[in-house]
Amino acid sequence: MRFTVDGRQAYAYTGGRPLRAGQPLVVLVHGAQHDHSVWAMQSRYLAHHGYSILALDLPGHGRSAGPALETMEALAQWVCAAVERACDAVGIEPVPAGVIAGHSMGALVALEASAQKPEWLKAVALLAIAVPMGVSDQLLEAAASNEGRAFDMINFWSSAGINHHPGTPGPGFSTYIQNRRLMERQAAGVLLTDFTACNNYVAGLDRAGALPVPVLFLLAGSDQMTPPKAARKALEAAKASAAPVTHIAVPGSGHNLLAEHPDETLNALRQWLPTVLG
Amino acid sequence: MSQKDYYGMDTLAVHAGASPEPGTGARATPIYLTTSFVFPDSDHAAALFNMERSGHVYSRLSNPTVSVLEERIAALERGVGGIATASGQAALHLAIATIAGAGSHIVASRALYGGSHNLLHFTLRRFGITTTFVDPRDGAAWRAALQPNTRLLFGETLGNPGLDVMDIEMVSAIAHEHKVPLLVDSTFTTPYLIRPFEHGADLVYHSATKFLCGHGTVMGGLIVDSGRFDWDASGKFPELTEPYDGFHSMVFSEESTVAAFLLRARREGLRDFGACMSPMSAFQILQGVETLSLRMSRHVENARKVASCLQAHPLVSKVAYPDLESHPDHALAQRLMPRGCGAVFSFDLKVDRAGGRRFVESLEIFSHLANVGDARSLVIHPASTTHFRMDADALREAGIGEGTLRLSIGLEDADDLVDDLKRALKKAAS
Repeated sequence: MRFTVDGRQAYAYTGGRPLRAGQPLVVLVHGAQHDHSVWAMQSRYLAHHGYSILALDLPGHGRSAGPALETMEALAQWVCAAVERACDAVGIEPVPAGVIAGHSMGALVALEASAQKPEWLKAVALLAIAVPMGVSDQLLEAAASNEGRAFDMINFWSSAGINHHPGTPGPGFSTYIQNRRLMERQAAGVLLTDFTACNNYVAGLDRAGALPVPVLFLLAGSDQMTPPKAARKALEAAKASAAPVTHIAVPGSGHNLLAEHPDETLNALRQWLPTVLG
Repeated sequence: MSQKDYYGMDTLAVHAGASPEPGTGARATPIYLTTSFVFPDSDHAAALFNMERSGHVYSRLSNPTVSVLEERIAALERGVGGIATASGQAALHLAIATIAGAGSHIVASRALYGGSHNLLHFTLRRFGITTTFVDPRDGAAWRAALQPNTRLLFGETLGNPGLDVMDIEMVSAIAHEHKVPLLVDSTFTTPYLIRPFEHGADLVYHSATKFLCGHGTVMGGLIVDSGRFDWDASGKFPELTEPYDGFHSMVFSEESTVAAFLLRARREGLRDFGACMSPMSAFQILQGVETLSLRMSRHVENARKVASCLQAHPLVSKVAYPDLESHPDHALAQRLMPRGCGAVFSFDLKVDRAGGRRFVESLEIFSHLANVGDARSLVIHPASTTHFRMDADALREAGIGEGTLRLSIGLEDADDLVDDLKRALKKAAS
């Protein structure tokens, strides 16, 4: 669906079904240099099983107008605003109870959004998160000077192994090459903006320690981009907060777990969502 | 050290798409000769049918053996995915039918395999899809042939019968100016000799019957999508960018930003036209792909030796092989196909039609048949077989002489092939 946020075009995939009043809302936030389609194997299922889905394209990504936003705080504000605008656009008021699930950079967005405490937000899911999410100098330099080289690095490090079954979005597809092509689709300069936002975000551990809502950590066992150990401090901080914490590991998966292990990711979400949304 | 972006071609040719079978540990890809697959429960079944989950339902739509081949060829071509079909012709038809319909127009190279020409010129016209054929070397002709309803540009990496080398960069630029994709038939070249996506092509297909299988045993076709063509930005392909009533109003380009074409091709074309590949055939083609590099390098090495020998023979007036400096596309071939120009070429004998027949019938190692890309060397004399109804003038217009022969060079000892040809040349002259 298309709508506007602050006068700019925005887009969210709704999983093949329109938003419906009375259904809990699941907001899906993609990572750096990606768009809504990374959630293909989770969003469509959830949309057909009782949830309203907003798989957003962040500003400057996919079908949402740019420019890409430069800070995690701005991204979180935009996501909260986008949810309200999307519900407005289809006449749903107030925003139904919902969760924000984010992958990688999107997980930082979800974490930061929790601090804004929108009334409708009942939980956050943090997939393949690292806190802090420092980006190596080598990768930042490549993002600035040679995006193709940066895409190669990201893609190789995001994948665990040569094959992934079942293929995503179905048999016969290459998870690896799709990820490369999806990165190529974003406008020049977006990657550096995204990575800079990740690199500069310093509030993550504080947010994790003050989570006002339940949280799911869904971490990929063979992740080289955001290895599980890079989420440990945030996990410990969340456990020390008042928020209920669920931690699920996906053994053998690389960073690109939404596509590499689509069923395990979906199953984790579909089992956790009823516990936080009723 | 340069950044590793992927695995090497030989590694992918052996491993891409295939993992040890989890139930038994079988290392080679099993042949899943089953029509259908048991659903764990009703919810999972419904999710598979609605593309909410990935998995196999019915072997016309996908099959575990076939999908290994599809993922392997996608990896070798650097595409986002592949679809295997019953033949190369089925692959071409599926590619066209996915994005064209009654009222659509195609611009195609006139240097095409006869079967492709038949499909475009005769059969698809009956269904309202028309084609303008152009000289593949003439950029102005490609451009002039474009119409508002043009939906596809199409040619072969190496054309038929003169082995015209397609300037993929030139033709893809013209296609993209017009916001339509370029489809390339890379049957003669395989990913070992050229990856058309690296030069601007958007879609590639193969007759896997030929070099990919490599042993002259089974029929098959494969389509691969680069994932680079922006169907939404084009605005010319509602099949991919607007709701499709035939599949739950799915908008394929929203469902997958980079794989919309293949989603529709599988969810509509493979489902409804049904030209799927047998798992047995997929297994045979996988066996061939595993040795693709080894075989293609030998094919090319042998073809070079045979072509050089023929070029020097007094009874031969012309050898059409881009690897030779005498070919008009030699420089382009050197740039696009530095590993070689394949193992299929034609040559002209200074004899009449009867002499051509004597030549073919005198060969002992070469097999006289209508195929290419076999481990065995093959020969055909178009004037007495595929084009026997044409008189000399009509043959000339098609670029075929009464003494034109087409060879597909196999994997035998090159010296034996040369000896066989020399012996037959003597008989042809007698």
